[in-house]
Amino acid sequence: MNIYVCVKHVPDSAATITVEGDNAINEKITWLMNPYDEHALTEAARIKAAGKAVEIVAVCLGKPAAENTLRSAMAMGADRSILIETDQYHDSIITARALAAAIRKDGTPWIIFTGKESIDSEGMQTQFRLAQHLGLPVATNVIKINADSGGVTVECEREAGTIDVYRMAAPCVVGAGKGLNNPNYPTFPDIVRSRKKPVKRIDLAEQAIDRPAAGMQIRELVPAVEQRTPKALAGSAADIAAQIVDILKNEAKVI
Amino acid sequence: MQPIGLLIEFKGGQIKPANFGMATAARAENRQLVALVVDTPANDAKAALEAYGVTRVVNIRTDSNGWNPAVHAAAVVAAMQENGITTLIGLTSPTGRELLPRVAARLDAPLVMDCIDIDLDAHRVKTSQYSGKTIATISMTGSHFIYGMRANVVAPEEAPAAAEVIDFPFAADQGSGFEVIETRTDGSGSQHLAESDIIISGGRGLKNAENFKLLFDCARHLNAAVGASRVAVDNGWVPYAMQVGQTGVKVNPKVYMAVGISGSIQHFAGMKTAKTVIAINTDAKAAIMANCDYFVVGDLFDILPALEKALASVKR
Ligand SMILES: Cc1cc2nc3c(=O)[nH]c(=O)nc-3n(C[C@H](O)[C@H](O)[C@H](O)COP(=O)(O)OP(=O)(O)OC[C@H]3O[C@@H](n4cnc5c(N)ncnc54)[C@H](O)[C@@H]3O)c2cc1C
Repeated sequence: MNIYVCVKHVPDSAATITVEGDNAINEKITWLMNPYDEHALTEAARIKAAGKAVEIVAVCLGKPAAENTLRSAMAMGADRSILIETDQYHDSIITARALAAAIRKDGTPWIIFTGKESIDSEGMQTQFRLAQHLGLPVATNVIKINADSGGVTVECEREAGTIDVYRMAAPCVVGAGKGLNNPNYPTFPDIVRSRKKPVKRIDLAEQAIDRPAAGMQIRELVPAVEQRTPKALAGSAADIAAQIVDILKNEAKVI
Repeated sequence: MQPIGLLIEFKGGQIKPANFGMATAARAENRQLVALVVDTPANDAKAALEAYGVTRVVNIRTDSNGWNPAVHAAAVVAAMQENGITTLIGLTSPTGRELLPRVAARLDAPLVMDCIDIDLDAHRVKTSQYSGKTIATISMTGSHFIYGMRANVVAPEEAPAAAEVIDFPFAADQGSGFEVIETRTDGSGSQHLAESDIIISGGRGLKNAENFKLLFDCARHLNAAVGASRVAVDNGWVPYAMQVGQTGVKVNPKVYMAVGISGSIQHFAGMKTAKTVIAINTDAKAAIMANCDYFVVGDLFDILPALEKALASVKR
């Protein structure tokens, strides 16, 4: 009854991103755990606290600095972690293979959590590829989970006002959404404790993963330019309303 | 003729208009547009799809008795194989987010979601990364190519054609370990944010849940969707599905109105590609005011009722 939580080390959402070379970013910025992964860990810890899980293992494919995110994961409740080390950026086709290989080698999962997407590459697909490699069912944007030894019943928010309820046999892959919980941020003692927890480092190059024929390669990265010239709308409320209607009608042509 | 698969979506029995932009983007002399329609009577859709150049409609009928992303994705893969389709385009919509990655995973094929530009011949796309702060050009390699388009990036243009309708029954494998218990809709049936042409969003300035009525009142006259900042969501004023931003929905409307929203970096991540941004804020120094097309320095509680009145009297 082990829970694996796949976490990603990503730039802080408030960081200023500058492009270096053709297709890379300046990495000397603040990096954090992907926000959706925080929900995944919080939920894993909750399930363990209810006496249902034996061990929580955080798994990350990343550069050596990603250890910081694994330390956060352990401060949030993971018992140990695995860092699949690499010195490169990888697409989700490779990432899913690496995560699947590491989990398969490590033990027998009951639930595998991921975040529903990562806020850096915004690929929205790793959880599905991971599930495919392991031959497991998968659900995304999960906002409620009831776990038992046979599997999980999850509620997924498909869109505003639409909730899907799925039953997945264990083991299965759960993509955590924001509505799942409020992240349980670590206290100072949690952080101190996490320093003693083990991080197992394995080298991506030494993993038995096949070289896929398919791939996605970032050729070019450019800053998104914002070139708006703000114009003031002034006058009485009624004047302003009339000007807005005029913009909607004659400029945006949506009326 | 290279067949290009278009994953068609419906809302309230009608084809979502963003699908026609998708068809327009995919059209070329050497290509044949094949619409994949899943568990929806395709005959009703035929005429609409023909108007945008579709020449084959594959009417996929599964045994899933309603929405089932695992079965629907498996059926789409089978229909692609049956029709020799190696390129599939769908929308980065709630349905697309469920089906396209499942299709890509099954085929071990490259997939880029939220494309703002697609070159089907070069297998090259543009999409935003790092929460809208950069635009990435990504090239894809493989035997199949899956694309999730951002809604509204290509305006629909008609190109009438005649289409054949082909039935494609599909029986799912048993024992997949994935079962749909139910789908609950609260009847709000609100227009999905990502596909809306007009969005009016409210933030902390709205002060409470009741005041969102001011936004809904304006939205009703415009057939607009209502969005929100994270503060409004975290305070429980509106559901998370309405959150626009880095950790919410990314939208691409013709008009985005930010009402009582300061314009944080994370909020911008979700709406910066809007064509026209109109901000209403009491604080002339709020970040949104410096990065919009029109701004009103004023109290939303004065402006919104006046706007509602003005919209109500517009003749259309
Ligand atoms: C990891 C992470 C992810 C995040 N993701 C998102 C996200 O997806 N979406 C998001 O929105 N935020 C997100 N945030 C939060 C973001 O940083 C801001 O806190 C949030 O966007 C602020 O919301 P706001 O603009 O409503 O509130 P505020 O910043 O408090 O702004 C309220 C504005 O309302 C104006 N106002 C007040 N009263 C009135 C009035 N009567 N009339 C007119 N104007 C008035 C004020 O002048 C002010 O400018 C995220 C943060 C983090 C750390």
